[in-house]
Amino acid sequence: MSKPEFVYTTYIKTTPDKLWHALTDREFTHRYWMDCTLTSDWKAGSRMTMERGGEVKNECVILESDPPRKLSYSWVSIFDEDMKKEKPSRVTYVIEQRGDMVKLVVTHEGFADGSKTLPSVAIGWPMVLSSLKSILETGQPLILDPSKDA
Amino acid sequence: MDEVFKALADGSRRLLLDRLHARNGQTLLELCDGLAMTRQAVTKHLAILEAANLVTSLKHGREKLHYLNPVPIHEIGERWIRKFERGKLAALSELKRKLEKRDE
Repeated sequence: MSKPEFVYTTYIKTTPDKLWHALTDREFTHRYWMDCTLTSDWKAGSRMTMERGGEVKNECVILESDPPRKLSYSWVSIFDEDMKKEKPSRVTYVIEQRGDMVKLVVTHEGFADGSKTLPSVAIGWPMVLSSLKSILETGQPLILDPSKDA
Repeated sequence: MDEVFKALADGSRRLLLDRLHARNGQTLLELCDGLAMTRQAVTKHLAILEAANLVTSLKHGREKLHYLNPVPIHEIGERWIRKFERGKLAALSELKRKLEKRDE
């Protein structure tokens, strides 16, 4: 069992239901996710796409969906020829109520050896998670630079 | 945010973050390896870093792995760095890095 490459934690003043909505609602994701729109019916086995400017950037498959506690999907970045050939990595969100806050732990793991996707997502996650926290707590996302690929 | 600044205001704790930045997901023993700090001191520093959410830990089999969590640092940056400044700051950091490397 190889160890996860990334583990991110953020505490957000919100409820698990609102956080789940923020992670899965098509229009809402577009507001904070570096101009990306996430589309799926969020059922295990379903396809999920992350598109920007009408172009699919990442192809995902829902692996586990237990609202509002746990969500997991596979991830293949298809905007780059090399990344497209890599085996899918896996993203997992674990949501836990902590008093008036919600603890969100995001794990991204299972990257191919020498993965090109890995450094690419390492740049994106802190931006996306800070923006997610900001939009849920203040109603405003952070202004992110969409020229970088998620 | 106070907790983040307090946690960062210590060279030993910044060193531990540097080590996780170089290699993410280390056990306490791996983090202690080659350091002039006792295991107790490293444990204490890790607890402060975890409380500030700069380090997040994960149970992996029987091991506890420590990860650098850059999310709070990113939030600090976002608070004072405006969008149009980011590109210029990145260029300046790169210039500083290159010039300092040349002096070595």
